[in-house]
This record gives sequence, C-alpha cells and structure tokens, in this order.
Amino acid sequence: MADALLEVRRLVKSFGGLIATNRVDLEVLDGETHAIIGPNGAGKTTLIAQFAGDLHPDQGTITFAGRDVTALAAPARSHLGIARSFQITSVFREFTALDNVALAVQAHAGSSFAFWRPARADRALRDPARAMLESVGLGARGDVVAANLAHGEQRQLEIAMALATRPRLLLLDEPVAGMGLDESQQMIRFLGSLKGRHTMVLVEHDMDAVFTLADRISVMLYGRIIATGAPEAIRANEEVRRAYLGDERAL
Amino acid sequence: MTRRTVFLASGLVLLALVPPIAAALGQPFYVDVFRRIMIFAIAAVSLDLILGYGGMVSFGHAAYLGIGAYAVGIPAYYGLHNGYVQWTIAVLASAAIALVIGAISLRTSGVYFIMITLAFTQMLYYLGVSVEEYGGDDGMRLAARSTFAGLVDLRGGTTFYYVVLVLLVLSLGVGHRLINSRFGMVIRGGRSNEARMRAIGFATFRYKLVAFMIAGAMCGLAGALLVNHTEYVTPEFMHWTRSGDIMFMVILGGMGTLGGPVLGAVVLRLLEDLLLPSWTEHWQAILGPFLVLVVLFAKRGLVGLLPERRDG
Repeated sequence: MADALLEVRRLVKSFGGLIATNRVDLEVLDGETHAIIGPNGAGKTTLIAQFAGDLHPDQGTITFAGRDVTALAAPARSHLGIARSFQITSVFREFTALDNVALAVQAHAGSSFAFWRPARADRALRDPARAMLESVGLGARGDVVAANLAHGEQRQLEIAMALATRPRLLLLDEPVAGMGLDESQQMIRFLGSLKGRHTMVLVEHDMDAVFTLADRISVMLYGRIIATGAPEAIRANEEVRRAYLGDERAL
Repeated sequence: MTRRTVFLASGLVLLALVPPIAAALGQPFYVDVFRRIMIFAIAAVSLDLILGYGGMVSFGHAAYLGIGAYAVGIPAYYGLHNGYVQWTIAVLASAAIALVIGAISLRTSGVYFIMITLAFTQMLYYLGVSVEEYGGDDGMRLAARSTFAGLVDLRGGTTFYYVVLVLLVLSLGVGHRLINSRFGMVIRGGRSNEARMRAIGFATFRYKLVAFMIAGAMCGLAGALLVNHTEYVTPEFMHWTRSGDIMFMVILGGMGTLGGPVLGAVVLRLLEDLLLPSWTEHWQAILGPFLVLVVLFAKRGLVGLLPERRDG
C-alpha cells in the first residue's frame, strides 16, 4: 500500500447544533484520485474547506506529507502543496486570464515585496502562466478579462491557477458543476490527464466524472464517511445504494 | 498611451500653466486655489491606493493630514524650521501611526474597518483639541514656512506652487509603479478576491498593512504641504468631515484610477470653495444632490465617463 499523502483522523466540525463533520477518518494515498460523494448537505464542502485550511476543525488532526497541518492557515498549506478549486467559481474577475494565473505563479515565486518593476512585464511570471493556460486549453484566451470568460472556461482557469502553485494535492470541489455535456466531457478528459501526476481529492455529484476518474471513492452521509473503497466495491455496496445512489440510478 | 493617460497628462500641463495664466489675468489668488487643490489631490491619490486598488475603505485618512501638519507645526513652534527634518518627521510619523492603526483595523473588514479607522482618527482629533500647548481647539499659527536651504524658498507663492506640482507628479509616478508591481498585484488581488488569494498562497495581511503605511506616509506629506499652505494648523485637519472630503474626491473622480482622485480633487474643491458659495449661500443643497447623482449614475466616477476602460 502506498503512503498516505493526506491523513485525517477523528475530524469533527460543528456549526451550532449541526455536526457537519462527524469523526471522519480518511486517507488519501500518494498519487491516487480520491472521490468524495454524497447527497447535498452531507458535509463534503465543509470537509474540503478543512483540508484547504479555510475552516479549522473542532477536533481531530490533518496530516499532510507527514506533517501535522491542523493549525495551519490556507496560505501556509498552499506553500506546502495543497491547492483547491471552489464549488462556486472563484477567480479574479477583473483581471485577465493570464493575470489570474500569473498571480498564482507569483504567490510561489518568493516575496512579493517588490514595489517597482511592472509585474505584467515579468517573464518569470508570465511565461509559466502562459504555459499553464496553454495546458488547460485556454491558450488563446489569455487576454480576456476573467469575468467575460464562459462558465466552463472560468472553471478551467481556476484549475490552471491551482496547478500554477505546483501542488502535490489538488482539492476539486465539483469541477464539472454547471457545465454543459461537452464542457464537462472536456473537463473530465483534462482531469484524467492529470491523474498520476497529481494526487486529487474530487468532490462531485456527476457520477460519470466520479466513476471515470476515481481510483477510490468515499461516501459521505450526515457528516460521516459510511464507506470507502474501489469504484466497483462502492457500486456494489448495499448500504451506499440504500443511502445515496438510489435504486433507479443505473450504475 | 490610453486616452485617460493623455487626459491626465494634459491636466497636469494645465496645472503647470496656472501661475502664468493667473499672473496674466491679474488674479494671483488662483495660484493659491490650485495649490490647495493639488495638495488635496496628493491626499486623494494616497487614499485611492488603499481604497480604490486595495478595497480598504479607510474613513480616517485625514488623520495623516493632521499628523503631517503637526509634524511641521510642532518643530516650528520650538524654532526648528528646517524642512528636510520637518517633512521627514511628517512622513515617518504618518507611516508609524498608520502601522499601528492598520495593524489593528486590518484585522476587521467591511463596516467594522470603516468604523475603526474613523474611531482612531477621532481619537487623534480629540488629542489635538486637548493639547493646549499647541493651541488646542484653536490650533496655532505657523511662524514660518519650512525652509530648504540651498534648494527652494517656499515663501514665494509660485515657487511653492511648483514644489507641490512636482510632488503631485511624483506621487502619481510612484503610485503608477506601485500598483503595477508585484506588490500592487497582491493589493489588487486582495480587493478582487480575498479567498482566492489565500488559496493560492498569499497571506495578504502584511501586504495590506504595508500599503496602508505607504498611503499614510504619502498623505502625511500632503499634510506637511497643507500646513505650509495655510500657515496654520488646527485639529480641524483631522476632522471626520475632512476624511469624508478626501474619500469623496476619490469616489467622485473614479476609484482605482490615478487620474480620478486628481480630477475629483479639482472638481470638488472648485465646487466647494469657489463656484457654489459665490452663487448661493445654500450651495450645500446643490452639492449634495450632485454627489448623489454622480454616485448613482457614474459608478466609475467622472473618469469612468471617458471611453477607455484600461488605466494604470
């Protein structure tokens, strides 16, 4: 068994009376694509937010690459190699696509206490950013202001920004949500091309995406993980069928 | 060059022509008027760096006008008129106080940030009111303008005018470099999407704090100029309505542009100080609705009415 890149132990997070994360144990192995599925409100996004450092758990520990990161804030985790996309697309809307990615490159290119040289003429930022846009298929869209990109393109841009931080772990919160069929097929193909090169945690409702991409799947229900396993095992799991997938869905 | 850059440059050329034109018209009074306008333009540009580019709605920017003014006035009170010393104190003291105010207020956001920056400035205002030695409520006269041995003599109204113009141009130049640098991109990114900034690895607090200090220091310089202009310093420099004035210049002219605050300073000061009061004593009843209309219908400020969108 490969080493766990992300190891979560007894994680608890509650909001008032609602226990959004209920003693969650989870291991994400180095190199795997690990999908987390579950009905709306199961606590998937809350879990991702705790992995990324946007939320801090009430109890439990999060270990990344052998290091306890439970108390670290999001920027520090980014520097250790955790990157994320958000459920609701989160880009710099006023900036061009290239500016967006260049800023992500800049975040990992030393201190930004540089007050004089124009950042937009800085090839150390622009060249890698352009290459990254190219690789997600937005090469021709670099000069377009992010707000004017199509929804699917904004999702691609967000992933380009995440990749520009050269992460070891990519947290993807519903990357194909709101996409048309063509767009989502394209995104699934792209994410497939990242498999192996990046460890990924994928929260997704689109079962096509999940079963195409995931090496292992964890099923969440009411803040708990009720099953973890290979796709075939999850497909066959009676408890999962009853709780979530539903009999009508052709698996 | 974009159309706006051309516009800004021609505006600066016009400002440079004010003294000869005023002399030709036999109206030297206008040199005074526009010198004051340019001093406020520097203050407005400094506020725009954090307000327009950084999204930090500081409602206490007049604090630094006051600090800069007292940094000139207090040494002068003790007979020290050396401008190099006075203006250095003005800039450093403003930066230091901005560091303290920013370190506390930048931990909050939204309405809380507005209120805390306002509260700090009110504290300084009342400090000024309470210190009787320096005139308290009444303020004190500046015995002499700052002296710059061997460089310039500010006693000459026109010389002083061009000193202010040069400093305004320098502020715009520094501002331009700043907002386009790596540092500036971080500040603008923080305004655009803080959560995304954190997710890609920026701990934005210290960048915002430094921007807050730079803006404070630049406004402190404007304060040093203002006290030399009025030859008087009072706590009124720090009154909250003054903070509101500066903020309005930025909003009126156009947030997040460099030309905007300058244009805003020109328009607001001319309306407030010259045009409207000479027309009717109820001028505030006209100014108020005008400002409301600008906010409602020219969301990008007066500069936004110019066609080109890309600026800075």
